[in-house]
Amino acid sequence: MALQLRRKTHESVTYIDRDSAPRIIPSGEDFILEDLPIGTRVLYPNPPIKGLPNREAAIRYALNHPHGCDPLFAQLEPGMRVTVAVDDISLPLPPMATPDIRQTILEIVLDMLAGHGVDDVHIIIANSLHRKMTEWEMKRMVGSRIFDEYYPDRYYNHDAEWADGLIKIGETKHKEPLVLNRRAAESDLLIYVNINLVPMDGGHKSVAVGLCDYQSLRAHHDPQTIRDSDSYMDPARSELNRKCVRLGKIVDEHLNVFHIETAINNRMYKADMDFLTKNEDDFTAFDRMKFEAMRYTMSKLPRPARRKLLHSRPSQYELIACHAGKTEPVHEKIVAKGFEQYAIPVRGQCDILITGIPDISPYNVYSILNPLLVQVMALGYHFNFYRHKPLLKTGGVMIVHHPCYDDFDHQFHPSYIEFFNRLLPETRDAFVLREKYEQEFANNPSYVEMYRRGNAYHGAHPFFMWYWGENGRQHVGRVIAAGAENSHVPAMLGWERADNLTEAIAMARSYMGNSAEITMLHQPMIGIADME
Amino acid sequence: MAGAAFYDLEGTLVSTNLVHTLGFYARRQQGLLSSFSKSAATFISLPLFAVSDQYSRKVFNDLYFKRYKGQSEDRLRYFSQELFEDVIRPAVFPGTYELIEKSRSLGLRQVVITGALDLSVKPLMEHLNITDYVTNRLEFVNGMATGRLLPPIMAAATKASWIRTFSEREGISLSDSYAYTDSMSDLPMLSVVGHPAVVNPDMRLRQTALHHDWPILDLK
Repeated sequence: MALQLRRKTHESVTYIDRDSAPRIIPSGEDFILEDLPIGTRVLYPNPPIKGLPNREAAIRYALNHPHGCDPLFAQLEPGMRVTVAVDDISLPLPPMATPDIRQTILEIVLDMLAGHGVDDVHIIIANSLHRKMTEWEMKRMVGSRIFDEYYPDRYYNHDAEWADGLIKIGETKHKEPLVLNRRAAESDLLIYVNINLVPMDGGHKSVAVGLCDYQSLRAHHDPQTIRDSDSYMDPARSELNRKCVRLGKIVDEHLNVFHIETAINNRMYKADMDFLTKNEDDFTAFDRMKFEAMRYTMSKLPRPARRKLLHSRPSQYELIACHAGKTEPVHEKIVAKGFEQYAIPVRGQCDILITGIPDISPYNVYSILNPLLVQVMALGYHFNFYRHKPLLKTGGVMIVHHPCYDDFDHQFHPSYIEFFNRLLPETRDAFVLREKYEQEFANNPSYVEMYRRGNAYHGAHPFFMWYWGENGRQHVGRVIAAGAENSHVPAMLGWERADNLTEAIAMARSYMGNSAEITMLHQPMIGIADME
Repeated sequence: MAGAAFYDLEGTLVSTNLVHTLGFYARRQQGLLSSFSKSAATFISLPLFAVSDQYSRKVFNDLYFKRYKGQSEDRLRYFSQELFEDVIRPAVFPGTYELIEKSRSLGLRQVVITGALDLSVKPLMEHLNITDYVTNRLEFVNGMATGRLLPPIMAAATKASWIRTFSEREGISLSDSYAYTDSMSDLPMLSVVGHPAVVNPDMRLRQTALHHDWPILDLK
């Protein structure tokens, strides 16, 4: 089995040998250099697909050649009411270099609307129960021209707690309610502008989740749905996706939605940091110099400054596909393109899965990766980056590398603090947490106000983060936090702790045996292990 | 047992503070000269009020309420509606209505505990539809203010003590209750409930809230 495993199957799959270079492992705001055991399989992100040379032309082509409906210009009439909804700051990661793809699409769409006499236009950020974007972030996302013209009266965040701004659209036969943003629902045309970073994004999730209220969301953001999703990064086997599709059918019955979806490549960094996604065996002397320079600089900075520095580096994603029209055919094409970029053929599960946790997640943009977010990145996102079957065997050991500092952002994540300190010591059972406490947090007037008037995640959001790790928690035998600087955070999360990766691997081998197969996800990466 | 939401008022639900009320009455004295001198005295006292409030709420109250000495009860009551319409109602934070509405929808008793005077607070309470409130009350002798307050004086630990007594009497669960304030002097009030929160805090209270991981609200 071992020999068969070590056969080179793909350019993104490498096996550690006697002469292999040490690997770079991100651990929060730090980058650790570690020698891995011989035979360890390392998965790298696929090389970026070449970006479209003229993205404006690609977008215009998509608008004029839609799937399943008339071109956008043919649907416009003077005096009609149009709402344009856009994905929020959780996509892409890190935030992309300006101009953002959303800005380019909006400039084209808004010009087209104006040219057809459509003046009643609102732009709504489909943030759902995420934090509302700040004024600066909103301006950065759409550019100053659109911002100056539309903000704040016609360019704003969705408010899932504003009763007058919501309307019930219907209910599925499974009694899942759908309450949506009133302005979007009562428009003659709803245009949704999406960026697809992972296969879970986009499709019916865009409108049915991005513009809904808490009661609608809790119908599918629950532990059982996540348990039944194998994985939620694989739309065909995701219960979450099935529920979103059910809700999407109701959306399509009541609203005229023109969906614009985009797929981007995985060029995360500019040349100064692109070595982070390269195979260390292929490093040039210049790559090593860049890494050492970065490591030296970072070592001289306090953690908040390191975080600030990392967050100030915009991603360099390029558009690789744009499709428009009816939600389902559009999404099908974009997901296929996404898998083309992200899918890494992998044969054989592993006993021990190693993943560094970089300071990148959809929920800590310009903020702190708090313990709950470390949990969701490990057992949620990184665990779920597979298709067909998990990369890790049932009962296997997952080693996450992160300092696990007990640090929270009071402005963005206030309810996370109470969840972590008050609820987790009582129980880690997602079903108990949902039944006993979720509604209390969701209705806490302080958290509601902080969501509505500030930039806080909704009171119920930490629960969703905990559920998001549910299938990982059920599947994984043990989690070891390597490099954790304290013992109480791993303990609260139900994890074990190790000082460093070597110790963590020794611990994992003591559980799984000395011949345990080890695989490492080379972070930062967006890649789907396409299991045979 | 049901919970309650306990609010401080000035600086928490409205942007005005006690000095705005004093200034309003100072401008409405009998005669131009009297109005001018009272207004000037209030203005000159501002630094003293600020320093004494930082030092001790009790010292502040002693100094502050002395300014009402000699004012007639009739006059103070007569202008209270005008005070509400001109000064207090425009100063209600937009988020105040949402916060109260959300709390009320959860079945929480709405209770205001303030160091402001009863006559200035009553119209606002009617406006917010809050029936449970406790305020400070001036002592009047022969219809004229003495510049002293009638006990209990609502400040600092007295607020917490009042909340405990009120909750015991009304069967309110303190661990299921919320408290909101903008002032460091109300720390005892925040300490007796299960869900404390600070609103538009100053630097000292913000640091305390961060230290205790309490929510920090901005109702503006």
